[in-house]
Amino acid sequence: MSAPVISVESLTGRLSDQLLASADSGGCASSSCGSSTRPDDVDPAIWDKIKDHPCFSEEAHHYFARMHVAVAPACNVQCNYCNRKYDCANESRPGVVSEKLTPDQAVRKVIAVANEVPQLSVLGIAGPGDACYDWEKTKATFERVARQIPDVKLCVSTNGLALPDHVDELADMNVDHVTITINMVDPEVGAKIYPWIFHDHRRYVGIQAARILHERQMLGLEMLSARGILTKINSVMIPGVNDQHLIEVNKLVKQRGAFLHNVMPLISDPAHGTHYGLTGQRGPNAMEMKALQDRLEGGAKLMRHCRQCRADAVGLLGEDRGQEFTLDQIPSELTYDASKRETYRELVADERRDHLAARSEAIGMVKIASSGKSLLVAVATKGGGRVNEHFGHAKEFQVYEASPTGINFVGHRKVEQYCLGGWGENATLDGVIAALEGIDFVLCAKIGHCPKDQLADAGIRATDAYGHDYIETAIGAIYAAESGVPALTATA
Amino acid sequence: MAFKIIASQCTQCGACEFECPSGAIKFKGESYVVEPQKCTECEGAFETQQCASVCPVPKTCIPA
Repeated sequence: MSAPVISVESLTGRLSDQLLASADSGGCASSSCGSSTRPDDVDPAIWDKIKDHPCFSEEAHHYFARMHVAVAPACNVQCNYCNRKYDCANESRPGVVSEKLTPDQAVRKVIAVANEVPQLSVLGIAGPGDACYDWEKTKATFERVARQIPDVKLCVSTNGLALPDHVDELADMNVDHVTITINMVDPEVGAKIYPWIFHDHRRYVGIQAARILHERQMLGLEMLSARGILTKINSVMIPGVNDQHLIEVNKLVKQRGAFLHNVMPLISDPAHGTHYGLTGQRGPNAMEMKALQDRLEGGAKLMRHCRQCRADAVGLLGEDRGQEFTLDQIPSELTYDASKRETYRELVADERRDHLAARSEAIGMVKIASSGKSLLVAVATKGGGRVNEHFGHAKEFQVYEASPTGINFVGHRKVEQYCLGGWGENATLDGVIAALEGIDFVLCAKIGHCPKDQLADAGIRATDAYGHDYIETAIGAIYAAESGVPALTATA
Repeated sequence: MAFKIIASQCTQCGACEFECPSGAIKFKGESYVVEPQKCTECEGAFETQQCASVCPVPKTCIPA
């Protein structure tokens, strides 16, 4: 393996640098003494299931990583936004992988990642085809991984067509998180998204195909809910096709017990060779996405932190370390070493308690300071829930909204890295400014005068004054200052 | 009579392999191949050729 071997000492050192930026952190630690890190609005039994799953809990995604193994290439549905013929290592979208794996190769990869990526908590199978249709490979992978690393959470993502056939086996294997991609609840709409399905030994097309798919998806969702398996619904927002219809989808999946609804923007580019890419169907922009998500508030709980990762992604959401773990870099004989993951978990437990207290305090302050207006704040972060990434190094910004209701994560904006090899490119900065449309503030660990001034010209205020603070503490301070209320001093 | 797979268009998803009722499709070397002596074109088993019905790429599983 060409990746450097990291000792636990250096790991904890680095984690401490990264996570525990100072011994005197924000928030009153005593107020959380003995309490759990469970946010107030989550049922304790469910919290226990989701607290380490980055895709099911926005709070967990600052601390925990997932990996996907591409063992299931076969698919039984053709979607207009998907083309599995091409792979490019620089592309990040679902259905794209660099190499397909056999179950045995997948087990080796999971062990290699678990040994090197202490944040790993979840193993998901998301294709690149369909995990429930290519079932034998999915099942073999889960069974073998569970024998080697019993505490890794197992998770599948499916189009739902073959799901009802395997719900019992999923329950038997303790797969307690399932994602179904549901883009419609009306076959008329479905016919515009799915050209065909393969079901019960034959290909179906048009309305009939969409109707069968819809019925199977609803049946699968009901069966999962009945067994207490947490279900996330992914919906691809396709402007002019199903964007308004997703309100209906949200309602129906909530009735059937879905735990989360993740509305994602269509990724469409002629270069991908997809039907939508070739016919010029556009994806929504960030503000259109947010408008729809805001309309869905109050229905099934929304996931807004999805990064639409590849079917072989590895790492924290928003970073992909998949290229470090290609088969040629993984030794043929490997034993699982739990030490890094255990050390990390201990560190994170304390950090999270502290973070949650700081977060509650900041949100409380925002509610008190409330001037009735809302601010959109983009944050450069490396994880750990802190403002700890340089402006020029950020490949994405996490976007939070501070408003009378508190501080809420509302999405992320991908950008080209502005600073490469020590130089900032003006052309890149223009792209970053365009990606930050609608943003009032940018928070980062460091930013130079030049980009700061150009952002200011575009009406975006950037500051590194809150470097290494908790994200919510920093946002709370800014909101209070904007509202003319004396802020709590950030000390983290 | 038998079907064949156009290797240059095949995405190697493998769906045809497990749908084939005759076990005629195997991965050999770089691509999936139909063994002509085993292929029955699904006659008597299904109304449509299973490999062609499930294949995600048009005109890739075709009569040889």
